[in-house]
Amino acid sequence: MADNESIKKTLLVTLALCVVCSVVVSAATVMLRPLQEANQARDRKANILAAAGMLRAGVDVERQFDRVKTRLVDLDTGKFTDVMDPLGYDQRKASRDPALSEPVPREQDIAKIQRRVKYAQVYVVDGDDGAIDKVILPIKGYGLWSTLHGFIALERDLNTVAGIGFYEHAETPGLGGEVDNPVWKASWHGKHLYDADGKVVLKVIKGRADGSRPESAHQIDGLSGATLTSRGVQNLIQYWLGGQGFAPFLANLRAGEA
Amino acid sequence: MAEKTRDILLKPILSNNPIALQILGICSALAVTSKLSVAFVMCIALTSVTAFSNLSISLIRNHIPSSIRIIVQMTIVASLVIVVDQFLRAYAYEISKQLSVFVGLIITNCIVMGRAEAYAMKNPPLPSFLDGIGNGLGYSAMLMTVGTVRELFGSGSLFGITILPLATNGGWYVPNGLLLLPPSAFFIIGGIVWALRSVRKEQIETPEYRLAPNTVAGAV
Repeated sequence: MADNESIKKTLLVTLALCVVCSVVVSAATVMLRPLQEANQARDRKANILAAAGMLRAGVDVERQFDRVKTRLVDLDTGKFTDVMDPLGYDQRKASRDPALSEPVPREQDIAKIQRRVKYAQVYVVDGDDGAIDKVILPIKGYGLWSTLHGFIALERDLNTVAGIGFYEHAETPGLGGEVDNPVWKASWHGKHLYDADGKVVLKVIKGRADGSRPESAHQIDGLSGATLTSRGVQNLIQYWLGGQGFAPFLANLRAGEA
Repeated sequence: MAEKTRDILLKPILSNNPIALQILGICSALAVTSKLSVAFVMCIALTSVTAFSNLSISLIRNHIPSSIRIIVQMTIVASLVIVVDQFLRAYAYEISKQLSVFVGLIITNCIVMGRAEAYAMKNPPLPSFLDGIGNGLGYSAMLMTVGTVRELFGSGSLFGITILPLATNGGWYVPNGLLLLPPSAFFIIGGIVWALRSVRKEQIETPEYRLAPNTVAGAV
């Protein structure tokens, strides 16, 4: 066709192409959005359940999550708060929002998170007797290459680890990436976070914890070949379970005053 | 015609493989081959984008002004990639998280643009569509081969099913950590290219220049 190169034809083809493509793209996006959002929500709930060791394969995640209550905690007072709807609260977004977070002074920022949220989501699982059975806390901190995002679950004494899991990180596969190793994650189970004075004593040590010694109740085997990732995990535990993190909340909860 | 159709579909797998012979699309072959399940979804995504971009470009090939043909191809490819990405997020969420940016990067995959420009612009829709599938299959064959080696020896499993029990989990196999990192795919692809060209000598390119014999300074 000889007139293909005319300005009129060029503009016409461009316009038609743009209209067709934008309709196709918008249609796909709009029609699939509900499915995608449901996926994201389910994925988050599955991560929370997996950290607490409660995730059962083959059972609907939404149904399993019915037992879990989402609450919001004011990190400064360490008490539950109702300033916002905990289900609508996006903690990742809040940590970048100047109104909902504040910069962490450098000397306190051992987990290298830079900004700390004022309100944190916590997940409470009630036991059959109505008392709190498990508490699942969001944790994050910098490893070697990336910020590790995860959850740690505590048993009803609020001292014993029920489980841990990182749902997002970019550590070296096979080395730091072994934070995802099920055997290593299982080694956290039953370890104690605090000593009698309420100090965070849980440590990720180099090498293997000697099970015959009493301090091994506070020790996690380091990941071999991943000293910096192990140190990052250690630091984020120190931070989030320490005074800047959830320690005041856990103390209140233990005293029944949260 | 039957013979030709077969040629269009199967030639890109061994005799004209887009990765091994044309050395196109290496980037994603490095990035997504550490696990077979991820590589497999990437193969489907790329094959469908190549096939449908070839089809749509071929359908309108007589109306594309040559002055804007690249941007027209680009727009079609980009739209298809977005659609595929949205579908993966809706129906294969776990894997789409692992593929992350690499689905989006299909836009820049040389195979897609290369086939659009080299084939779909000059051929009718049906052969173009088949050419897209064929090249997608060639890409897939390569990705799956690389993925098999990397997952089997890097994490001792295939499609996530343990084949070699790992020492870290109480087994005996100490995995090769290099295979989990992208550079290892270079070695594997290099090895495959070498093996393929040793068997099929016609794939060896003629060298563009030869090294001159060594000369001794001051001898002339």
